[in-house]
Amino acid sequence: MLHIYCPYCEEMREEEEFSYAGEAHIARPLDPESLTDAQWGDYVFFRTNPRGLHHEMWNHAAGCRRYFNVTRDTQTYVIHETYKMGEQPSVTGEKP
Amino acid sequence: MVDPMKKYSGFSLFKHALKHHEDWQKTWRSPRPKQSYDVIIVGGGGHGLATAYYLAKEHGITNVAVLEKGYLGGGNTARNTTIVRSNYLWDESSRLYDHALDLWYGLSQDLNYNVMFSSRGVMNLGHNLQDMRDIERRVNANRLNGIDAAVLTTKEVKDIVPIINDSQDIRYPILGASWQKTGGVARHDAVAWGYARGADQLGVDLIQQCEVTDIVVEQGAVTGVQTSQGFIGAKKVACVTAGNSGVMASMAGIRLPLESHPLQALVSEPIKPIIDTVVMSNAVHAYVSQSDKGDLVIGAGIDAYNGYGQRGSLHVVEHTLSAICELFPMFSRVRMNRAWGGIVDTCPDACPIISKTQVDGLYFNCGWGTGGFKATPGSGHVFAHTVAHDDPHPLAKPFTIDRFNTGHLIDEHGAAGVAH
Amino acid sequence: MSTKQDQCHRLEQGGRIDRSQPLTFTWNGKQYQGYKGDTLASAMLANGIKIVGRSFKYSRPRGIFGHGAEEANALMQLGVGKETIPNPRATQIELFDGLTATATNGWPSADFDLMEWVGKIGGKMMPPGFYYKTFMWPEKMWMTYEKFIRKAAGYGKASLEADPDIYDKLNRHCDVMVVGAGPAGLAAALEAGRAGKRVIIADEQDEFGGSLLASKQTINGQAAAAWAESAAAELAAMDNVLCLSRTTVFGYYDHNFLGALERRTDHEGMTAKSGSRQRIHRIRAHEVVLAAGALERPLVFANNDLPGVMLSGSVATYINRYGVVPGNRCVVMTTNDSGYQTALDITAAGRTVVAIVDTRQQPEGRLIEAARAAGIVIKAGHAVIEAQGSKQVTDALVAPIDAAGEQITGKPVSLSCDLIAVAGGWSPVVHLSCHTGSRPQWNDTIAAFVPGPSVQRQHLAGAVNGEYTTVGALQAGAQMGALAAGSEATTSYDCGDESVGLAQALYLVPHTKPVSRAPKQFVDFQNDVTAAGIELANREGFESIEHVKRYTAMGFGTDQGKTGNINGMAITAKNLGKTIAETGTTIFRPAYTPVTFGAMGGRDIGELLDPARHTAMHPWHVENGALFENVGQWKRPWYYPKAGETMQQALNRECMAVRNSVGILDASTLGKIDIQGRDAREFLNRVYTNAWSKLAPGKCRYGLMLKEDGMVFDDGVTACLDDNHFLMTTTSGGAAAVLSWLEMWHQTEWPELEVYFTSVTDQWATCSFSGPNARKVLAKLCDDVDLSAEAFKFMDWRAGTVAGVKARIFRISFTGELAYEVNVPANQGLYMWQQIVAAGAEFGITPYGTETMHVLRAEKGYIIVGQDTDGSLTPQDCGMHWIVGKNKDFSFLGKRSFTRPDTSREDRKHLVGLKPKDPTVVLPEGAQIVPDPKQPIPMDMLGHVTSSYWSECLGHGIALATVKSGHHKMGDTVYCPLADGRVLAAEICSPVFYDPKGERHND
Repeated sequence: MLHIYCPYCEEMREEEEFSYAGEAHIARPLDPESLTDAQWGDYVFFRTNPRGLHHEMWNHAAGCRRYFNVTRDTQTYVIHETYKMGEQPSVTGEKP
Repeated sequence: MVDPMKKYSGFSLFKHALKHHEDWQKTWRSPRPKQSYDVIIVGGGGHGLATAYYLAKEHGITNVAVLEKGYLGGGNTARNTTIVRSNYLWDESSRLYDHALDLWYGLSQDLNYNVMFSSRGVMNLGHNLQDMRDIERRVNANRLNGIDAAVLTTKEVKDIVPIINDSQDIRYPILGASWQKTGGVARHDAVAWGYARGADQLGVDLIQQCEVTDIVVEQGAVTGVQTSQGFIGAKKVACVTAGNSGVMASMAGIRLPLESHPLQALVSEPIKPIIDTVVMSNAVHAYVSQSDKGDLVIGAGIDAYNGYGQRGSLHVVEHTLSAICELFPMFSRVRMNRAWGGIVDTCPDACPIISKTQVDGLYFNCGWGTGGFKATPGSGHVFAHTVAHDDPHPLAKPFTIDRFNTGHLIDEHGAAGVAH
Repeated sequence: MSTKQDQCHRLEQGGRIDRSQPLTFTWNGKQYQGYKGDTLASAMLANGIKIVGRSFKYSRPRGIFGHGAEEANALMQLGVGKETIPNPRATQIELFDGLTATATNGWPSADFDLMEWVGKIGGKMMPPGFYYKTFMWPEKMWMTYEKFIRKAAGYGKASLEADPDIYDKLNRHCDVMVVGAGPAGLAAALEAGRAGKRVIIADEQDEFGGSLLASKQTINGQAAAAWAESAAAELAAMDNVLCLSRTTVFGYYDHNFLGALERRTDHEGMTAKSGSRQRIHRIRAHEVVLAAGALERPLVFANNDLPGVMLSGSVATYINRYGVVPGNRCVVMTTNDSGYQTALDITAAGRTVVAIVDTRQQPEGRLIEAARAAGIVIKAGHAVIEAQGSKQVTDALVAPIDAAGEQITGKPVSLSCDLIAVAGGWSPVVHLSCHTGSRPQWNDTIAAFVPGPSVQRQHLAGAVNGEYTTVGALQAGAQMGALAAGSEATTSYDCGDESVGLAQALYLVPHTKPVSRAPKQFVDFQNDVTAAGIELANREGFESIEHVKRYTAMGFGTDQGKTGNINGMAITAKNLGKTIAETGTTIFRPAYTPVTFGAMGGRDIGELLDPARHTAMHPWHVENGALFENVGQWKRPWYYPKAGETMQQALNRECMAVRNSVGILDASTLGKIDIQGRDAREFLNRVYTNAWSKLAPGKCRYGLMLKEDGMVFDDGVTACLDDNHFLMTTTSGGAAAVLSWLEMWHQTEWPELEVYFTSVTDQWATCSFSGPNARKVLAKLCDDVDLSAEAFKFMDWRAGTVAGVKARIFRISFTGELAYEVNVPANQGLYMWQQIVAAGAEFGITPYGTETMHVLRAEKGYIIVGQDTDGSLTPQDCGMHWIVGKNKDFSFLGKRSFTRPDTSREDRKHLVGLKPKDPTVVLPEGAQIVPDPKQPIPMDMLGHVTSSYWSECLGHGIALATVKSGHHKMGDTVYCPLADGRVLAAEICSPVFYDPKGERHND
């Protein structure tokens, strides 16, 4: 069971307080009408689904109800960081 | 052809017993990989092995290798709750699963390997009026598709499963159920081993401990795979890697509409026979059957987060056992022996992908979510056709990747809920 | 009854039992006595009970083998009737007065079992995997074969009645969690506790101390058990330390979360006299110290499963802790020095050690000297190659072996004995560390797996890490406890000379015959897995250790291979010519020992399975005879039958009351979201399909919400309360999902919009009353709002005072009649309801439930999201083109999906009305619709009936349905072929059956 730091409440809380909200940093296209069906389909349905580092959204549903981002390893389940909506991850797995 | 000396039977067992079982042959060879194959199947689970078997048996393509990074049947094949049924909602999926169910019958004889398919019946409980509307809808659709299905009243549920809690005063009383008498369970490991042995005898190379590290694509066409045992050439590469499909796809520069989640299951200690059928409840997220060994085999709901760890969170299991104790109050004193997790690759419409890709000669069979085991024979059968002909089997046609662009989804969430 | 004589194997003195408290228990129908402090196993051994069960496959007699969690044989059927518990181990059952246990297998009894002959004769035909090779003909017979297999399998029986006990859970948080209270755990907890950290220490036994309780060593000059007692007392006295005995940490989950099962009352009786029987502690720890110890490994030789073959350490434990010597003439077989200590303990207990059979060629050292000094015969370079006897050990066949332990080098001799104590070395309890994905690592020095690296904040102390000396365990414990606490260790330990010689790693004892022909050499007792079985599996190509496990069932028992796995892996490795490190281990999963389902469920069963939500008016509904329907978590009135009425009669009455006069519905369950902020309007534009820019305060509008795939997701009426203030309603079941949906879009995509969402579902109660007389009823209660049709139009809302309560009055209708929804603060809901009912009495106001609501709305063709839609219909499919804004600036959620090829098809399924050809017929909901009922199966299906009712006011059945191209097939006849053989014909029509012009609700 995961133990998650809510960057808004600034506390560690149990997974049961949160709900998972899928991959992070998928921006809604500004002009959906200009996209091809494939581009639109990609936005709506296709996900990176990596084994390893994953940037994902959680909602502190039974807490502050804020959405925030988590960088978590999907193999070890280690959470490397949580950060607020609109911020960028500092752990990306890319070599500097 | 099958060597008659290798054929399994009660008689051969007797003969071998006289020789202290010292003369049994290998169930499959463990050859070194050749330089190249007509078809490489990535993933030696039930679906991959079935694909290899039918490629060889039905399409005469025997220059085939199955590459498995671990051991055969070691992924979700070894981790599921072994339920077999075909009473899905939509025509496309129910026909695909029913094709599989047809193949389950006679599979042991076909493979000369007892996969212990046991048609003890599968029951999906309804707990509210909308559940019952959905059940009526699904059963009617199944019936008119020629699929075995019936609606049971609460009393009929109780008659079949006398130990079930049929009180109407509980939080989610049982209002009825759908019932597929021809569904049941099978021995999961035996399915993988039976297909492996069958494929091996037809000449397919089964190569374990061989991890594919890259899919090699030249000028839009696949030419082979890089593996932990070196490069292996192939005219066609068919990926049947379930939870790891997204990782495989990324090797070929393809994206898939998949998310891999932990799905947990558990068994009790073995007890004397107490429940003969499979009982499933979407509303309370629990399903249970009893194995031949006596374990109560229980499936939990899916963990919400993406995960490749083959483990999930405790609260999901706790929730499931609450529901089990509600449905079967006498199980409260029975004890959980072991809990584990698989990795399920789920599509947005809870239906699989059986598809060609934009890369020539590269095929994917994935996205079975929680429903993969029951489909094993059918999945392998239609995928073998798809790979052999470079054209989808008619039953596989609706399950292309392209449906996520056209919008032609087959949404099994609608009335079938989450549990399969 | 004299207890001493019956307890023939009880020592005159010694042990930690309380001889002043004799306890009576029943085993297989016969009464025996033991003492307070006994386990059932020690009491059975004290009474000379040898056979405690029969094996799974071959029905071989089995006796008690271990003394704790490792026990594979002694599975009991504990208690009877509704209290019964299948399969607990006798070694882990604390004896209480009146305890009743029976064997789980054996017919007619475990002592005399006819199935044994089936096992003996048929056993040859039952190697691993035999069932994969046969029972295939004829196909139909499999389930008959299976029936017999099933009957023979399984151990105990589940109760057939509900559990009389309750279970509960506590959530715990601590700085340092110590798993195990043996020397390492106690030392760790002492350090962490003294450093002031919040500590939890848990141990599965009734007393803290672990191996110390059966040890004759000293710790810093104090007897080991006494030291354990004082350490436990010191911990118990610390406010910052929680000591949990009888508590098994069964699972170690991610981010240092642990599940621990506390058996609160099982030592007192079958059921709890008060409170919960068992409790799960859900522990979140900052640091975890694993001090779970090690389990002794058995030795694999022929007939090693005979009753009377026991683990050496267990024999010593029975002697020292329980005052029980399990035999009078004992052969100790050992590969290391620990067997010598057992031999000394047996001698000290006044029993005979026939010989110590040591597989090592030249054992030397402290303990060997001591044994020699005690006059014990030591047969070095020998092994027990076979246990002999029919139902219990009578002889040990002993032969000289070579240094590698692979060959017999001389003639075997038979030693008469009734007990063979086997010491095969130790296996650290790596189980918990595996649970979080860490792989154990083979350590050649100690010839065992130890926990591998972990991503958790996990520390290892003592035998779990291969440190087998007491002083080593204590020191490692102190070190790790201090490390976990961020402090320095305060205590050092001295336990005297604990020196031991090198152990030999021996996993399969040779026999004069080859493995395949020797008498059965058991590896996994519980699943009857033999060395020959593993050899056969390897021969057949099952080479991965996971394959071996699955093919032979090794490690699948309730002991999960605690004793058998290492030997099995080693035998496999040897067969394959690999090292154990290469072969690897299977991965242990939770639970370490089995956990009661009821405890996992805790209090979340019965009415607490899921909270039931009641509206403020619920008591009134109950009082007035409503039947209820579950809608999401809500209990909604379904209908209100009067005495003698059928359901249909009640519905007809309720419906006609609304159509002809007035009816009242509790609509409080509809989700209500208060939306405020400068950009609230723009936000609505984005999430709804229609336009919200011009909705004026005082007005309401119906809205449809889509997912990005263009499919209908929720609907409801939203009122403009003020320019920047809206009240959105949602479906009853969808309220929570809609709120999350809105919040997600706002927070993740459009944070620049100033808008705030507050769920107010529970804050407001809603009385919805409909019918031609609705205005008259409202007029009696409200005089500060102009209710005239001109001043207060359909889809308007007004603030006003109703029955003295400040209320929001919405003139909206889900029935097609003139209707008002009066919203008041929930605390006034019941009062308001009663006032409206009283005011409506003169009009015969009739309460109605969800079923009548469904009929009335269906007559009007209003959809119910989730019933008429299923996530696969667009607004256009639902015939609601009118609600899709064509000229909105923002591409609202889901819009882009409309133009996808499949979504823009003309022949999609459309929502239409169906009118049965036979007016008396009501189509069953869920019926499938076909164009031609005579076509062969599989039939071409067009869609299905989503809603269907008898319309009393129209005098015929009506239905809503999805039909392929339905909008283009008005007037066509379609058919519903039913399961009972009837085929019902119906005509496709508009879904609006009643008042198509909407004159009545505008009235």
